[in-house]
Amino acid sequence: MHASARSPDWLRRSSSVTSGRGGAVAAGWVSRSWGPAAAMNFSEAFKLSSLLCKFSPDGKYLASCVQYRLVVRDANTLQICQLYTCLDQIQHIEWSADSLFILCALYKRGLVQVWSLEQPEWHCKIDEGSAGLVASCWSPDGRHILNTTEFHLRITVWSLCTKSVSYIKYPKACQQGITFTRDGRYLALAERRDCKDYVSILVCSDWQLLRHFDTDTQDLAGIEWAPNGCVLAAWDSCLEYKILLYSLDGRLLSAFCAYEWSLGIKSVAWSPSSQFLAVGSYDGKVRILNHVTWKMITEFGHPATINNPKIVVYKEAEKSPPLVLGRLAFPPPRAAAGPLSSTESEYEVASVPVSLQTLKPAADRANPRIGIGALAFSPDNCFLATRSDSVPTAVWIWDIQKLRLLAVLEQLSAVRCFQWDPRQARLAICTGGGKVYLWSPAGCVSVQVPGEGDFQVLSVCWHLSGDSLALLSKDHFCLCFLETEQGVGTAFGQRGDHT
Amino acid sequence: MGDWMTVTDPGLSSESKYISQYTSETKMSPSSLYSQQVLCSSIPLSKNVHSFFSAFCTEENIEQSISYLDQELTTFGFPSLYEESKGKETKRELNIVAVLNCMNELLVLQRKNLLAQENVETQNLKLGSDMDHLQNCYAKLKEQLETSRREMIGLQERDRQLQCKNRNLHQLLKNEKDEVQKLQNIIASRATQYNHDMKRKEREYNKLKERLHQLVMNKKDKKIAMEVLNYVGRADGKRGSWRTGKTEARNEDEMYKILLNDYEYRQKQILMENAELKKVLQQMKKEMISLLSPQKQKPRERADDSTGTVISDIEEDAGELSRESTWDLSCETVREQLTNSIRKQWRILKSHVEKLDNQVSKVHLEGFNDEDVISRQDHEQETEKLELEIQQCKEMIKTQQQLLQQQLATACDDDTTSLLRDCYLLEEKERLKEEWSLFKEQKKNFEKERRSFTEAAIRLGLERKAFEEERASWLKQQFLNMTTFDHQNSENVKLFSAFSGSSDRDNPTVHSRPRQKKPHGAPSGSPVCTSKLTKSLPASPSTSDFCQTRSCVSEYSSISVLNTTPEESKPNQVGRECTNQKWSVASRTDSQEACCSGCSSTHADAHIEKDDLP
Repeated sequence: MHASARSPDWLRRSSSVTSGRGGAVAAGWVSRSWGPAAAMNFSEAFKLSSLLCKFSPDGKYLASCVQYRLVVRDANTLQICQLYTCLDQIQHIEWSADSLFILCALYKRGLVQVWSLEQPEWHCKIDEGSAGLVASCWSPDGRHILNTTEFHLRITVWSLCTKSVSYIKYPKACQQGITFTRDGRYLALAERRDCKDYVSILVCSDWQLLRHFDTDTQDLAGIEWAPNGCVLAAWDSCLEYKILLYSLDGRLLSAFCAYEWSLGIKSVAWSPSSQFLAVGSYDGKVRILNHVTWKMITEFGHPATINNPKIVVYKEAEKSPPLVLGRLAFPPPRAAAGPLSSTESEYEVASVPVSLQTLKPAADRANPRIGIGALAFSPDNCFLATRSDSVPTAVWIWDIQKLRLLAVLEQLSAVRCFQWDPRQARLAICTGGGKVYLWSPAGCVSVQVPGEGDFQVLSVCWHLSGDSLALLSKDHFCLCFLETEQGVGTAFGQRGDHT
Repeated sequence: MGDWMTVTDPGLSSESKYISQYTSETKMSPSSLYSQQVLCSSIPLSKNVHSFFSAFCTEENIEQSISYLDQELTTFGFPSLYEESKGKETKRELNIVAVLNCMNELLVLQRKNLLAQENVETQNLKLGSDMDHLQNCYAKLKEQLETSRREMIGLQERDRQLQCKNRNLHQLLKNEKDEVQKLQNIIASRATQYNHDMKRKEREYNKLKERLHQLVMNKKDKKIAMEVLNYVGRADGKRGSWRTGKTEARNEDEMYKILLNDYEYRQKQILMENAELKKVLQQMKKEMISLLSPQKQKPRERADDSTGTVISDIEEDAGELSRESTWDLSCETVREQLTNSIRKQWRILKSHVEKLDNQVSKVHLEGFNDEDVISRQDHEQETEKLELEIQQCKEMIKTQQQLLQQQLATACDDDTTSLLRDCYLLEEKERLKEEWSLFKEQKKNFEKERRSFTEAAIRLGLERKAFEEERASWLKQQFLNMTTFDHQNSENVKLFSAFSGSSDRDNPTVHSRPRQKKPHGAPSGSPVCTSKLTKSLPASPSTSDFCQTRSCVSEYSSISVLNTTPEESKPNQVGRECTNQKWSVASRTDSQEACCSGCSSTHADAHIEKDDLP
C-alpha cells in the first residue's frame, strides 16, 4: 500500500504490534514487540481514581491517587516508594517544581495536604475553612501554595518556609487566570475590579506587585505567558475575537482581531520558541501570529474534505481478525469464544479526496461543538496539532516550517486528548478506546493496550524523557515504555535538528 | 419581380405570334384557310354563327339579305357586293368575287378578333393569379404585423412587470436594510443593556462578595490555618528578605534586564538574518555583474549612453565590492548603495532579458519568411550541386590520370619519351635512387627474417611432437597411479594447500573439499574430470588441490590444441623443464594467462565456483 512506501518501518511495526500479544519482558511487563528497532512494553494496570496521575518534574517518580491515598512510585520500576493517606478523596494533585513535595487538594473539604518525599513523616495541612477552596497550585519555587477560595474572593499564598500568608484580592474567575513565567520569576494574574479587567504582574520571590494595568477587554477569558517570559497574551471571552499582547512591563505590544460579530477565540497556544502564537477560534480556523510584528502569518482552515494529494490522511480502519482456515477447532476453544475486548484496527492511508465525519452543531445550545478546541505545538516548533470540535474524530497536524497541512489522522471515535512527546516530534493521541495512537513524521501507529478486559484510555501523559507514557483510564493506569534504540532514535532525531 | 415577368412576357410573345400568324395567313391558300376554319369551328361560337346565318337568309329573301349585307359591309368600309352598275336601269348584279373577298376579309378579321380575345383572356387570367398572389402576400404580412404587434405588447408587459419587480426588490432591500439597521440597533442596545445589566449584576455580586469577604474573612475564623510540622528551607537556601523600596527597585531592574536580554537576543537574531540576507544580496550582485560584464562591450560600442553610464556605475560598485569592510557596515548609506546598485543591475538585466526575448521572437518571426536564412531545400540543392561538381572533378581527374598513364606508357615505348624522362631534375633522380637502394635492403632483411621464422617453425613442430609424447607418457603414468591417489586425496590436498601457502581463511574450503571430491574419484574417467575441471579452474593458487592439477593438465592440452601459434606454445616449454610439482603450479599459472585470453569465460566460472564453496 501507499503507506508502506511512505513509512515502511512504522507500519510494519504497527502491524506487528497490533497482531500479537507479546510475552513478558520484565516482571510485570506485558510487552509488545515494536519491530526490530523498538519495542513497546506495557506495565500492568494499577488502580487510579479521577485521572490523578502525574510524573514528578524531575522524572524520577510517578504520583497517582486511589481514593484518599496518594501512591508515589519509581517511574522506572514502578515500585511503590511512598504511600500517603489523606483525609478525604483527593481531587487534585500537583508536584512542586523541585519534585520534593506533592500537594493534594481536597476541594470538598476546603483542605490542602502537602507531603514531602524526602521526609515521609513531614506533613502540612492547609485549611481554608468556611471560605472554601476551588483551586490550588504551587508557586514555581515550590515553597508557596496559592489557594483560590470559593467565589474567587481571594487567593491565599501560603508559605512553607515562613508563617507569612499573603492575600491577593479580586482574582478573576476565568478559564485561565493565573500564569507563571517559565523561569518562575513572575506571576500574571487576571483581576476584575469595578467591572473592568486588569492584569497584575507579581514577582514570585516576594509576592510584590510589579505591574498593574487594565486590559481593553470586555470579559477577559485567559492569560498566558510566552515561554520566554517577556510577552503576555490575554484574550477576550468567546463573545468577541480579541487577543492582546503585553510586554512584561505592561506595555500593550499589539492587539489582534480577526473578525467581529461572531464567537471568537476558543484556544491559544504559544510555540516553545515564543516565535508563534496560535489562536484557535470558533470559526474553525487557527491563526498564527508572529513575534516580530504580531501580525497574522497564516490561517489554517479545517475543511471537512481534503483534496490536496500532498496531505497524508491516516484513517483508522476496523480490521476484522483474519480467519485462519484449517485451524478452526470444533467446538471453539473457550479462550477464543470469550468476548473480544475490542476490534482490531489499524491505520490506512486514505486516498484523497477524503471527507471527514463532521458533527452538526446544535446552534441553540451553549458551548456549541464548533471551533478549534485544542491545539499544541511540538517541542521542536516544527508541528502544530489541532482538533476541530466539529470534526471530533480527526487530529490535524500542520507543518510550521512550510505553513501547510501535513497530515490528518482520522480515528474511529472522538479524540479525547493528545500530547506531544516532550523530547521529539511524536504525538500521543487517545480516544477513550482501548488503544493509544502515536504519530511522528515517519508515520503513525495504533497500539492496543494489552491486559484483561477493557482499558479505555481517557488521557495520556508523557514522561519527561519521552521514553514512557502514562495511559489513564477511569479507574486504572498503566505505563507504556517506548524503547527506542539507536535506529529509531536517529530516525526520530532527524526532525529535532530543525530547531 | 418574377411574377411581373411572367405577367408581361406572354403578352409580348402572344402579340408577336399573332403578327406572324397574321402574316402567314395572308399568304395562305384557300385550302389551308378551310382547314383553319375547321379548326375554328371547334369554338362553340361558330355554331351559333351558322345557325344565325341559317336564320338570317332564306330562299325568299336572298335579294334583301344581299342588299342588307351590302349595306352593312359598305358602312363598314368594304367594297360593295354588287357590280358597279353600267346603267341606271340595269339591275345591279351580285359580284361574286367581291363577295368572296369580303368573306375572306371578314374571316380574317374574325380570326384576328378571336386571337386578340384569347390573348386578352390569358392576360386576364394571369393578372388574376397575380392578384391572388399579392393578396396572399398582403394577408401574410398583415398576420406578421399582427404577431409582432402582439409580441411588442407582451414585451412591454414584461418590461413593466420587471420594473415592478425591481421596484419591489428595491423596496425589499430598503426594508431589509432598515431591518438590519434596526436589528443592529437592537443588538447594540441589547449589548449596552446587557453590559449595563452585567455591570449592575457584577456590582451586586461584588458587593455580595465584599460582604461575604467581610463575613468570612474578618471574623476570626479559627479554621483558616496551616498546620505544618516544621517550616522548610527556601529552595534557594536563602532567607526571605524584607520588603523595602530597594527590593522594588531591584525587581524593576531585574524586569528590565530580562526585557533587555530578550530584545538583545532578538536583535542579534535579526542582525544575523540581516547579515545572511545581505550576503545573499551581495552574491546576487556579484553574479549579476559577472553575468552582465561580457555583454558590456557591445552596448558600449553601440554608444548607448544610458547603459554606458550605468555600466560605469557597475564598475564602481565592483570596485566597492572588493572592500570587505562595507560588509559589516549597516549604516544607511551602504544599504542605500547596495539596494540602488542591485536595483540598477536588475533593471539592466531585465532590459537585457527583454531584448533577448524580443530577438528570439523576431528570429522566430523571421525564421519562416526571411531570405537571410537559407531554407533546407536550398541547402540540399546546394549540397547536391556541390556533390555533382565533386563527381565531375573526380571524373576529370581520372581521365587526366588515364591520359597521363597512356602518355607514360607510350612514352616508355617511344624513344621520344626518353627525352621527357630526362626532363626530371637531377636531384630528383638521385633521391629516387637512394630510396630504391634502401628499399632493396629492406627487402633483403625481410627475406632473412622469413627464413629464420620458417626454421623456427620447423623446430617448434619437432619440439611439440616431443612434448606431446612426454605428456602421453605422463598421462599414462597418472592413469596407472589413479587408484592409489584416490585414497590419498586428502593428503594431497593438505600438501598442496601448504605448498601454495594459503591463508587461514582458506582452510574451511580445504576441509570441505574431501566430501566433494569423493564422488569425483569413483568414476575415475578422465573426460569427466576434464569437463568438470575446466569449470573449476581456480583463480588463485590457494584453493588448489590435486584434482585441479589434473585439470590443469587437461586444460593445458586443450589450450595447446586450440592455440597452435608458436608464440603461445613457448611458455609451455618453460613449464616443461620444471620439476613435476612445480610444473603443475607454473603451468597452471601459465595456462591461466593463456586462459585469460583464450577462455575468460571459464575463468569467470571458476571465480564464481570458488565463491560458492564456503
